[in-house]
Amino acid sequence: MAEITINGKKYKVEDNITVLEACRKIGIDIPTLCYDDRLEPHAACRLCLVEIVGRGKLETSCSLKVRDGMIIETHSERVIRARKDILNLLFSNHPNDCLTCDKSGDCKLQDYCFEYGIEMGSYVGEKKNYPIDDSNPFYTYDPNKCILCGKCVRVCSELQCTDAIGLENRGFNTKVVTPFDMGLATSKCVSCGNCVAACPVGALMPKKKEKYRYWEINKVRTTCSYCGVGCQMELLVKGNKVVGVEPYKGKANNGLLCVKGRFAYSFINHPDRLKTPLIKKNGKFEEASWDEAYRLIVNKVKEIKGQYGPEAFAGLTSARCTNEENYLFQKLFRAVIGTNNVDHCARL
Amino acid sequence: MTNSIEEILDADAIFVIGSNTTENHPVIGTFMKRAVKNGAKLIVADPRRIELAEYADVFLQIKPGTNIALLNGMMNVIINNDLHDKKFIEERTENFEEFKEVIMDYTPDRVAEICGVKEEDIIKAALIYAKAERAGIYYAMGITQHTTGTHSVMSISNLSMLCGNIGKESAGVNPLRGQNNVQGACDMGGLPADLPGYQKVFNPEVQEKFERLWDTKIPSKAGLTIPEIFHAAEKGDIKFIYIMGENPMVSDPDINHVRKALTNLDFLVVQDIFLTETAELADVVLPAASFAEKDGTFTNTERRVQRVRKAINPLGDSKPDWQIIMELMNRLGCNKKYLHPSEIMEEIRTAVPQYGGITYHRIEEEGIQWPCPDINHPGTKYLHKDRIARGKGLFMAIDHRESAEVPDSEYPFILTTGRVLYHYHTRTMTGRVEGLNKLSPRSYVEINEVTANKLGISNGEKVRLTSRRGSIITWAKVTDIVDENVLFMPFHFAEGAANYLTNTKLDSIAKIPELKVAAVKMEKVGS
Repeated sequence: MAEITINGKKYKVEDNITVLEACRKIGIDIPTLCYDDRLEPHAACRLCLVEIVGRGKLETSCSLKVRDGMIIETHSERVIRARKDILNLLFSNHPNDCLTCDKSGDCKLQDYCFEYGIEMGSYVGEKKNYPIDDSNPFYTYDPNKCILCGKCVRVCSELQCTDAIGLENRGFNTKVVTPFDMGLATSKCVSCGNCVAACPVGALMPKKKEKYRYWEINKVRTTCSYCGVGCQMELLVKGNKVVGVEPYKGKANNGLLCVKGRFAYSFINHPDRLKTPLIKKNGKFEEASWDEAYRLIVNKVKEIKGQYGPEAFAGLTSARCTNEENYLFQKLFRAVIGTNNVDHCARL
Repeated sequence: MTNSIEEILDADAIFVIGSNTTENHPVIGTFMKRAVKNGAKLIVADPRRIELAEYADVFLQIKPGTNIALLNGMMNVIINNDLHDKKFIEERTENFEEFKEVIMDYTPDRVAEICGVKEEDIIKAALIYAKAERAGIYYAMGITQHTTGTHSVMSISNLSMLCGNIGKESAGVNPLRGQNNVQGACDMGGLPADLPGYQKVFNPEVQEKFERLWDTKIPSKAGLTIPEIFHAAEKGDIKFIYIMGENPMVSDPDINHVRKALTNLDFLVVQDIFLTETAELADVVLPAASFAEKDGTFTNTERRVQRVRKAINPLGDSKPDWQIIMELMNRLGCNKKYLHPSEIMEEIRTAVPQYGGITYHRIEEEGIQWPCPDINHPGTKYLHKDRIARGKGLFMAIDHRESAEVPDSEYPFILTTGRVLYHYHTRTMTGRVEGLNKLSPRSYVEINEVTANKLGISNGEKVRLTSRRGSIITWAKVTDIVDENVLFMPFHFAEGAANYLTNTKLDSIAKIPELKVAAVKMEKVGS
C-alpha cells in the first residue's frame, strides 16, 4: 500500500496503480478524453493533468503511478488554468454546433467546457475543413469534430484487433484515416461500432433513423439476442421504440459488440412484426383474437389427443427464447400434453 | 464451454477447429486475436482460409469431414514425441491403452493424405498444442454437423485430456454455441430425452421428482429429435406440431422434405415475431414479443445466466412467449400461474440442481456461471477442477470415417455451409436491417478461381447447384479461400437456399444432420 495526499487529505491506496485510478477509487473526479480503462494509458488529451508537489511541471495522472508519500493537487489554480487552456484550444478548432449536433447531451467536450466555463474558443485561426465520411451504412466520421484523442484507433487496434483506422500526418494536419484515406467502405472495417462507442465527441456517430436527444431516452441493460457470446448492451428507448444500442461492459464482452448486436436492432419495431393472432381459413390468414386462437388450439389438442394419443404431438422449443420460456414449453409438452417429443435447433 | 471467455486472453495456445469465430462469434474472435497479440500461439483447422487463418502459426486447410483424422494424427505425434501428460492420464483418466492402439495407426503421413494437408503442418500443430502450458480448444458446427459429429467431439476431448488441458484455466474443451440461448434451451430440457438439468426422462427417480414438482404423471419414454419428428410427420405418425421461434423451412437440411412433413399434419401452430417461411405453412400463427419486450434470462456459451430486460411494451397484441404458453397451459387444465418470469426461475431453481443458486436478485449486476448449486455458491468459472465430473475422464478409441456423401463423377464437388458476419441464421431479423442487406445482399457460393476458370464462371455470375435432394440458383463468388473441389455457401438466404442441397443423414448418437458435407454439381446459368 502507498500513502498519498490528495487535495490535503491522506489516503492509503494500492501500489502500482495510477494517480487517475487512485482518484477514481476515492471518488475524486478528474476529466479525461482519451482515457479508457481497457486500453494502455495514452496521455494524449492532457486533460487529466495534476500537480505533484515538488515536481516542476504538471503531469498526466492517467500515466503516472502513485508513489508512497506523493502529494497531489487535482484542482489547484494552476491545474484548472491548464485544463481551461486545453479545452480552449480544442474548442477553438471545433464546430460550435451543439444546438444541432446529435452528440449533444452525451459529449464530453461539451460537458467539460460547461464545467470549466469555456464559452467559446479564443484562438482565432485556421479551422479544419474536411469532407465527412458517410460511406459506412451504420455510422459516419466527421474529422472536423475529431479532437484526435486516438481512442477509436486504439480500440480498433488493441481491443477489436481489426486495425481498420490509423492516425495520419502530424500536428494540425493529423487525421484519423483508413489506409490511403480511401474511406471506410473500402477499408477492413467490420462495422462493429466499437470506435463509435469510444468516441467522446460527435466525430464518430451512429446513423440514426429516428431523431432524438440523449435526454429523451431511457437506457435498458440487457443481453444481446444474436449469437451465444452473451454480450451485454443497453437498449436506447424513446417512447415505445428502440432507437439505438450501446455496448455495456460485461464479463463476456469487455464492452465490445459486433455489427449485429450494435446496429441490427431495427427489426424490433419493424412494420412487418406480427401484431395479432392469425388463423388460416380457406388457405388464407385472417386476423383473430387471442381467445379465438387459444380455443382453436385447445380444441385441436383435445381432438387429436383423443384420436391418436400424446405421441402424435411434437413441439419445437427455441434457442432464441428465454430459459423461463423454454422451461414452460417443455413442461407444456411433458406435463400437459404427455409426450417427450420436444426438441429445438441445438443441432443447427 | 468448460472454461470462460475471458480466460482466452491468458492462453499459451489456442486451437480453433471448425469455427469461423471472427464472423460467427465476433467478440470471442477479438479475444483470440488479442491473445495472439499477447504472444499466444494459434492453430486453425478449417476447410476455408478464414480470417483467423491469417493470424495462425499453423493453418491446416483440411478437407471437409476429416476432423477426426486430423485430431488422431496430432495425438499420434504427441504420443510418439512423449509429450503427453502421463501424470494426468494416470490419475484422472481411463482407457488410455485401448485409445492409444487406435491412435498409433494415424501416422502423420497417412493423415496428411486423408486431410489434404502437409505432414509437417500436422506435426507443427501437435507440438504447439502439446508444449503449451495452457491450451484451449475452440470449436463449433464445423466439428458437430457431420455424421461423425459426436465422435469428433470425443476426439477433441481425447486431445484435451492427453495433454492435461482439462480442469484448469485458459484451457479446456470449448464449443462456441451459435444461438443466444441454445445453452439455456438445452439446460431447460428442450431435448427429447432430458428433463430440465439433463435429468434423464427414463430415470425413475427423476420421473418421480418431476411428477411431485408438477403434480401430474409424465412419460418416461424418450421422445423424438427434430429430424425424427419430421420423418414421423412425413409418414403421418405425428399429427400436431407446435413451433416456437424457429424457422426450419430455411434452417433445416433438405427443405423439400421439411415442407412435405409440415404440410402433412392435421395442425401446425407457429409462434414467432415475424411471418416466417415456416409460419406461412401454419394453421394458427401466434404473435410473440421480441427480446426487447420481455423479462427473462439467457445462458451464454460459457454457462453464464444473464438477465434479459423489458425495454418497451409488446407491439400490438403480441405477448411474451412465456405468457402465451402459460395461458395455453391454463386452458388445457394446468392451473399454475406465474405473474413474472422470476417466478418461473424460482421453479427452475427447485428442478435444476445446476441453477439452484440462481435468482434474479443475484444476477442483477452480473450473470452467474452454472453449476451454481446453492444461494451462497459463486458459480463455476471452469469445469472439472480437481476431478473430472464423471469420475475418470474416458479416452475413446475412435476411427476416422468418411462423410455419408463423397464426391463422385456426377456430383464432383463438396458443398459445405455456414454463416457470414452480416446475417444471422434465417435472416428473420437481420434481413430486415437495411445496412446489413447492403453489405450482404444475396445468396452466393464461394468457388476457387481455378474451378471457376475451368467451368467458365466469372465472379457475380449465376450458377446452378444440384445435389441428390434439390437444385438451386445462386451467385458465384470467385475466391481463393476454398480448395478447388470445395464450395461454400451461407445458409441464411431463403432465395437460393443452401439447405435445398444439404444432406439429412444423421450422426447416429446426437442425431445432428451432416450439414457440412454434401456432394453437388455446378453449372453456369445463361443470363
